[in-house]
Amino acid sequence: MSNPQQLRYSKEHEWLSGAEDGVSTVGITEHAANALGDVVFVQLPEVGDTVTAGETCGELESTKSVSDLYSPVSGEVTEVNEDVVNDPSLVNSAPFEGGWLFKVRIAEEPADLLSADEYTAFSAG
Amino acid sequence: MSSTHPRLTALDALHRALGATMTDFAGWDMPLRYGSERDEHNAVRTKAGLFDLSHMGEITVTGPQAAALLNFALVGNIASVGVGRARYTMICREDGGILDDLIVYRLEETEAASSEYLVVANASNAQVVLDALVERSAGFDAEVRDDRDAYALIAVQGPESPGILASLTDADLDGLKYYAGLPGTVAGVPALIARTGYTGEDGFELFVKPEHAVELWQALTKAGEGVGLVPCGLSCRDTLRLEAGMPLYGHELNTSLTPFDAGLGRVVKFEKEGDFVGREALTEAAARAETAPPRVLVGLIAEGRRVPRAGYAVVADGRVIGEVTSGAPSPTLGKPIAMAYVDAAHAAPGTSGVGVDIRGSHEPYEVVALPFYKRQK
Repeated sequence: MSNPQQLRYSKEHEWLSGAEDGVSTVGITEHAANALGDVVFVQLPEVGDTVTAGETCGELESTKSVSDLYSPVSGEVTEVNEDVVNDPSLVNSAPFEGGWLFKVRIAEEPADLLSADEYTAFSAG
Repeated sequence: MSSTHPRLTALDALHRALGATMTDFAGWDMPLRYGSERDEHNAVRTKAGLFDLSHMGEITVTGPQAAALLNFALVGNIASVGVGRARYTMICREDGGILDDLIVYRLEETEAASSEYLVVANASNAQVVLDALVERSAGFDAEVRDDRDAYALIAVQGPESPGILASLTDADLDGLKYYAGLPGTVAGVPALIARTGYTGEDGFELFVKPEHAVELWQALTKAGEGVGLVPCGLSCRDTLRLEAGMPLYGHELNTSLTPFDAGLGRVVKFEKEGDFVGREALTEAAARAETAPPRVLVGLIAEGRRVPRAGYAVVADGRVIGEVTSGAPSPTLGKPIAMAYVDAAHAAPGTSGVGVDIRGSHEPYEVVALPFYKRQK
């Protein structure tokens, strides 16, 4: 599996796109999706919610377990992916594309986000 | 076991070559899934699936008093099992608590052994069952043998499984009934061919020598290629058995429950000859189940999409009335399902106002009779 170079990554296995007009897209990595197995339910924050870097903002349920969703940055949620709410399997089939989770207007981002290469090494360890 | 390393089955290299996600299960490194566990589940329901179950614990009991020993040690009437047949049964403590649930196969009579039984225990309980059988064998002319390393176990399950297996064996599969087993040759490999499983589908379990496991797995894979057979991991085995309403030790069964508490009192055969371990306590448990029913094992179907997990509280009117023992998203029903022990007052199918406390939020659930899924014959 390869982690797209243009994204940045959190140690909780979320990815963050580069900002367009101050808004970035958030999802979970393929590594995380594979570890979860088939995702059957996603609970996302709501548009207008304020999320905080490193804090939970939703949950992902798979066959075997439920996992918290952490926000990689702080800011205001501007959009959530209704497609993935209706079809959570998108998280497995297209984690970096159609399986994105929400968009956030970044107020503050932590200094310790990883590059693709750093995340690849981190998730392999 | 002193080793902290998980044990590997004879098929370990194959699983890794297939890209399986592995998991530690009862001290064994086992395939959890190869790809999507939902696809594997659906393959077993509609086509066929191939499982490595070599972690299961085989114990052989032989000798002139083998049947008498098993009648004493287990709660079932093993003496009534015919040659080539199998029985679902349990082993209990003196106080009636369930040590394990078992399948006992009565093998063909041979010159070497006039009477031979294969007891198959859960991997997590195999040592406990072995120790109990050895202890209970005192005074019986019977031998209890640890055969855990003598067998690999491969299961082929699903509606296409009879056709797949028939292409690899001359054994009389049409004459092989559910819960029966016969010795035969599959793909050139000597095997005990049993028509048993833990999926709610028709299917077979093949007990073979570990050195034959790879050859058999590959032959089955090839034979199933054209009909949709896929390798399946323990994750889908769990959702398959849950849909079929089958209990899993450590979830629906444990030492603090008797078979009557688990709604499986029918496996206890008081009418059999002689004493058996737990008779007195189980007699009381049977009476108690009649007069003051303990919590009852029921099925729950979610109205929403959040999944109940083992240990979650079942609630009604803001009160805890039970506990989830197993829960998962059901691929067949398309909804989360669970098995749960609930107070008798809330156990009737259709009881309203029942919910599951899912991390603080009370989600509505429908109470149903088990199983969730029964195959069309």
